[in-house]
Amino acid sequence: MNRIKEIFFRLRNEPMGIFGLVLVLLVVVCAVFAPFLVTHDPNALDIAHRLGGPSADHWMGTDQLGRDVFSRVVMGSRIAVWVALVTVSLSLGIGLVLGMMAGYGPKWLDSGLLLLFDTLRSFPTIMFALALVTVFGPSLQTVIIVIVATTFPVYGRMVRTQTQALAGNEFIVAEEAMGAGMMRVLGVHILPNIVGPLFIVASMDIPVVITIEAGLSFLGVGVRPPTPSWGAILNDGYAYIRNTPWIIIFGGIPLIVTTLGFTFLGESMRDMFDPKLRKDL
Amino acid sequence: MEPLLEVDQLRVRFRTKGPVKALLEKDEDPFIDGVMGVSFTIHPGQTFGLVGESGSGKTTLARAVMGLVPVQSGAIRFNGKNLIGLKRGQLKPFRRNIALMFQDPAGSLSPRLKIRSILAEPFRIHNMMPDNLPDEIARLLKMVNLSPAMGDLYPHQLSGGQARRVGVARALALSPKLIIADEPTAGLDVSVQGEILNLMARLQDELGVSFLIITHNLAVVRHVSDVAAIMYLGRFLEQGPTQAVFHHMQHPYTQALLSAHASPDPDAVHHRIAITGEIPSLFSRPKGCEFHTRCPRVKDICREQFPKVADRGKAHQYYCHFPLSESVQ
Repeated sequence: MNRIKEIFFRLRNEPMGIFGLVLVLLVVVCAVFAPFLVTHDPNALDIAHRLGGPSADHWMGTDQLGRDVFSRVVMGSRIAVWVALVTVSLSLGIGLVLGMMAGYGPKWLDSGLLLLFDTLRSFPTIMFALALVTVFGPSLQTVIIVIVATTFPVYGRMVRTQTQALAGNEFIVAEEAMGAGMMRVLGVHILPNIVGPLFIVASMDIPVVITIEAGLSFLGVGVRPPTPSWGAILNDGYAYIRNTPWIIIFGGIPLIVTTLGFTFLGESMRDMFDPKLRKDL
Repeated sequence: MEPLLEVDQLRVRFRTKGPVKALLEKDEDPFIDGVMGVSFTIHPGQTFGLVGESGSGKTTLARAVMGLVPVQSGAIRFNGKNLIGLKRGQLKPFRRNIALMFQDPAGSLSPRLKIRSILAEPFRIHNMMPDNLPDEIARLLKMVNLSPAMGDLYPHQLSGGQARRVGVARALALSPKLIIADEPTAGLDVSVQGEILNLMARLQDELGVSFLIITHNLAVVRHVSDVAAIMYLGRFLEQGPTQAVFHHMQHPYTQALLSAHASPDPDAVHHRIAITGEIPSLFSRPKGCEFHTRCPRVKDICREQFPKVADRGKAHQYYCHFPLSESVQ
């Protein structure tokens, strides 16, 4: 608990961090309370009022099927936050387990896992996504699988390096000398020493993940219509960009807000934990 | 008396290149020897002092006894049972009886755990939880003169001497029969060094535990050990009862080590036998007697073959073609 308190205390001196935190909270609140914030049913068609401009009734106008863009943007935040949470925690979990095994286990396991990490990382994300979509069909699950498969090797490699650096330390040898098994060494003694920096990397990965999801949905290989996703809204607006640019503008703003928010927050957290950049020392 | 630990012709070697690389480079001997055929015994309640320069293989020897590095050949018998070739699970009961104390006092304590949890580790690992763990931990802390309130601190909040004593407490947790102490006084100032050594001596009296003390500090060995051994490049050059080794040394290396050591008595006649250079690398082990490159008494034979063991009685053994008791021209 003291650590969390300390983080908030230090964050007070980081205006960028506070700005990022506010933006992040805005998106999260939006996602959590989405059903109460929408003004219309996000999927209700109203062909009579299609492609309408922003008005008192439709704050961000309507799209080509007359759906309320504001309600769709708000509901879209749910998909974005959900995908971000699920994929980043899955990647982090898989990366931690495999990375620690590679870093602490026998040499052959290390070589095998490194080969796996490097192979997966060498796929271009979009190409990989298109290939998987051809096999499994477009869906939210496919998006999550693609993102997890391309991001966990990054965590895996990081964890492996950190584990190797720790494994030679005397406190680990002391555990081995007492007869501690691999699970105990990794879980009790290595894990607590590597998660801190990892969470910072994860927070900076969230906007990347959200952008990949939006990108895949924009290409039509992500979330199925009519489910509102920011990428799908951009795709809807793209066709009408000359006459009714508000759809693509209002669809793009939340992406910018989320990306900026998490990046600012992550960067100031990284600065706080990097002793070389710490101002208060 | 039945020996507690018996090490017989122990040999530890490390691979320097992978098998494929060695084959490609036609390197027929891609190994270096960390420990080369070392034998010694430790009896219950005894303190064995192992002296050597940095790089002489002292720590490797200790780790081999603990089963932390693979052994090439030889035997390690603990209470008569050979530990070599045992699997992890079979080795576990012995790990309870042999505890290790590390060189770096704070570095050997897991940094994110409180002292209380660090001291509970041995019990958890061996599934031997005492009925009342907090009481047991308080007892351990008291045994090493630390306040039980220290259990709530983290390792970085302790001083070097305190961290070292936590290391002693952890080593004692499961009442082992043998404690291997790697440089128990390194990095501590002189008063704290004395404190730790007295603490170890007191615990030995009270608990009857044996110590294998590894150090390059001759004063420590002279002060606490019953038996001493001088190690050089993975071999024992001289070993025997501490008194015999210190007062009737036979090996020029022992003499050089002792003469390099400052004597507290200003009137003592000081014959300084200077040895030059530093300990050769394990990668280029000298032929014959390893010490010949620095020995003041070196002759041709020293460069050709390693001397056979010589015995002065009372288990005082040395390996030298021209021991100090014989005069050379």
